[in-house]
Amino acid sequence: MRKVAVIGLGQTRFGQLWERGLTSLSVEAGVKAVRDAGISQKDVEVLYGGTMSGGLFANQEHLASKIPDYSGFKNIPSVRVEAACASGGLALRQAYLDIASGEHDIAVAGGVEKMTDLGNYSVTKVLATAADTDSEGIFGATFPGLYAMMAKLHMHKYGTTEEQMAAVAVKNHKNAMTNKYAQFRKEITVRDVMESTLISDPIKLLDASPITDGGAAVVLASEEKARELSDTPVWIAGSGHATDSISLHDREDILTLKATVEAAKKAYEQAKLTPEDIQVAEVHDCFTIAELLALEDLGFVEKGSSGRFTEEGQTMVGGKIPVNTSGGLKAKGHPVGATGIAQAIEAVKQLRGEAGNSTGAEIALTHNVGGSGGTAVVHIFRR
Amino acid sequence: MAGIVAWGSYIPRYRIKVEDIAAAHGGDAEQIKLGLGITEKSVPGIDEDTATIAVEAARRALKSSKLSPKEIGAVYIGSESHPYAVKPTGTIVGTAIGLSNDYTTADFEFACKAGTAAMQVAAAWARSGMADYVIAGGADTAQAAPGDPLEYTAAAGGAVFIIGEENVVAEINQTLSFTSDTPDFWRRKEQKYPGHGGAFTGEPAYYRHITEATKMLMKDVGTKPEDYDYAVFHQPNGKFPARVAKLLGFTEEQIAPGMVVRKIGNTYSGSSLLGLAAVLDIAKPGQRILLTSYGSGAGSDSFDLIVTGRIADRQTKSVESQINDKVYISYPKYLKNTGKLA
Amino acid sequence: MAVPKIWRKIPEYYNLIGRQCPECKELYFPVRDVCKKCGCLEMTDYKFEGKGQIVTFTITRTPISDPEGENTEIPARDVPYAVAVIKLEEGPMLTAEIVDCNFEDIEIGKNVEVVFRKIMEHGAKGVIQYGYKFRLC
Repeated sequence: MRKVAVIGLGQTRFGQLWERGLTSLSVEAGVKAVRDAGISQKDVEVLYGGTMSGGLFANQEHLASKIPDYSGFKNIPSVRVEAACASGGLALRQAYLDIASGEHDIAVAGGVEKMTDLGNYSVTKVLATAADTDSEGIFGATFPGLYAMMAKLHMHKYGTTEEQMAAVAVKNHKNAMTNKYAQFRKEITVRDVMESTLISDPIKLLDASPITDGGAAVVLASEEKARELSDTPVWIAGSGHATDSISLHDREDILTLKATVEAAKKAYEQAKLTPEDIQVAEVHDCFTIAELLALEDLGFVEKGSSGRFTEEGQTMVGGKIPVNTSGGLKAKGHPVGATGIAQAIEAVKQLRGEAGNSTGAEIALTHNVGGSGGTAVVHIFRR
Repeated sequence: MAGIVAWGSYIPRYRIKVEDIAAAHGGDAEQIKLGLGITEKSVPGIDEDTATIAVEAARRALKSSKLSPKEIGAVYIGSESHPYAVKPTGTIVGTAIGLSNDYTTADFEFACKAGTAAMQVAAAWARSGMADYVIAGGADTAQAAPGDPLEYTAAAGGAVFIIGEENVVAEINQTLSFTSDTPDFWRRKEQKYPGHGGAFTGEPAYYRHITEATKMLMKDVGTKPEDYDYAVFHQPNGKFPARVAKLLGFTEEQIAPGMVVRKIGNTYSGSSLLGLAAVLDIAKPGQRILLTSYGSGAGSDSFDLIVTGRIADRQTKSVESQINDKVYISYPKYLKNTGKLA
Repeated sequence: MAVPKIWRKIPEYYNLIGRQCPECKELYFPVRDVCKKCGCLEMTDYKFEGKGQIVTFTITRTPISDPEGENTEIPARDVPYAVAVIKLEEGPMLTAEIVDCNFEDIEIGKNVEVVFRKIMEHGAKGVIQYGYKFRLC
């Protein structure tokens, strides 16, 4: 397999973008990434785009045709990738594999979601299709509900507290202060989280990532092209992808996202690194409990100890392993299909030394989850 | 002789007090409680309807009977709140209790006596040998317009019986009906709530049909009121059945065990049948039960039942425990649960 | 939802009819067509009793209101409502609503039994879908 580098980054603002549609968000992110790479649209050889549900959110399928056309990527092969909230991370991986295989030299990997065209009830319903609609969704399990059940059990089994979960939200909001693309740039306190509206016991409004519109894209290049085109290539050192039962009730252990464990294992092996080597990480914090579970499943801490680790400040900038320096899904926003790419953008910025919360890291990890853990994609980046 | 082989009842857990309904409409709660002889009524959960009530009651009856679903040849459920105007409740019940496809069903409707009408047909099937066992009963999530006096009584619940010739716990010694065309209470197609003739639902309707049917039955089998250990009459409220009992010569002691209306209200097609289920829950071998239903429109089905030695195997005091297992809800919640806010 | 899909789910939703692998005897609910353990495709029906234990649960308070009028489906539930992962006595786990209880009484490890309830109305003009929910016992 050939070495692959990220040479261009582009993203839209994340938030409630009433005036922007699905195509417009995709095009802005993609073309910005192309410009950042110092190339033009005609240099792009292939497009991989992640979106959870253009159909249900925006009534548009066949994005693999529409997006390259509107972006000015003429007649190139283009693939739409779907793995719920991991669609972006998976699009990145598919583009990586394409270039690594030698098929193409320059690819755009993008992600987009236009969520706010629908009302909240409909959005909740669409998101619930990332769980098993036949055995979870129809019986009342919403996404907050599924993660709430994980949180409940984590509290029951390990004594994790609601305050420890709240600490995740507080940290991520603080981190988002320096991210000009973030949906929320407003600091919050543990008390704010604890007093926010209960959505699905014990998950409160401020434990949850918001409903967000946004697009993100990166340009990937083969080693030869990357060295020719970029002074700051960031290498993809490891890429792992795994799946698990779509339903929470079918998992061997409700508190272990096996997909994360397996995807991370592959990425670590490929990169010849261990969890201790990771200096900064963007993990999938769709809910605060999800960040805690990620810390455990990625091997940063022992099972059950993520709450205390977070409460001690070990995941803050300056801590043992800074997590979600971009603000995470929680504060940066979570346009589901775009999230995996936006995570990669933050990782690359950290390694380029361009991040708002610069850590000076040389090795970064991204972790993108689909559904309640049915898919996980892990990438490791090196300068 | 055909008879009841097993029974099952279902009363939703929710109750609303007369006070809370009265408060919404400016009624005098004490006067209403005195006038109607009830203090509260059962209300369906937001996810309950006639089909779910009939299924729960039928599952209990089948479990109690220890019969195999294969032995059931027909399912007849009476209601005036079948969930669909077209599409049977019976198929939902048949499937949910595990029947295969070799049974027949059709839904019954005759105001509050649809359930007893179903039982008569079931008895005829069993007697004729067309089926070994038939499931028949009544269930309702009774409709009443907000503000209508009916709202104080219209309740939810049902009882289902397995009728057969073998393993009988209460023989149906005789059943007959008194029927006339009397428009005392009705609901037009596509109307949500019933209309009624107010006081006209009394003498020419309820009282005439119940007394005539009961007298006909007693004359036919040669019994007098004192021959019965229990009597159950249709229970639109707490007053009517007490008065009709008195008119016919029955005592308070004979009717009290079956007077579920006082505690849960009028479950329409389930009403007299829940009363019968409550009586069967406590009856002893050899005891005699009189049951007379009433359905507006109008008719009464009267039954002469004789309890057999097998009854003890089936008695779980289920009606009583369900009456006591309750949670009170507010008037707005009641409106929501009964679909009145939709 | 399409009517055929609702119809197809009736045995599973009404009567907890799942599957058993005839080779390794593993039990499955919800229905699966292939044995996860041994890969067997010739699965047979298996009826679960409907008794189990709460593994974890939540009380969901997300309002069921659709001011935009984008949905015709009406879930047969009120807010808040309780949802749990339940481990059936026979082994498999499922997700279901816990009804007819005070939320304070729901705890991890408590016993539950199946009840037959309305799950969803597919619009005021559409079909009514029934199925399993559970209650404390």
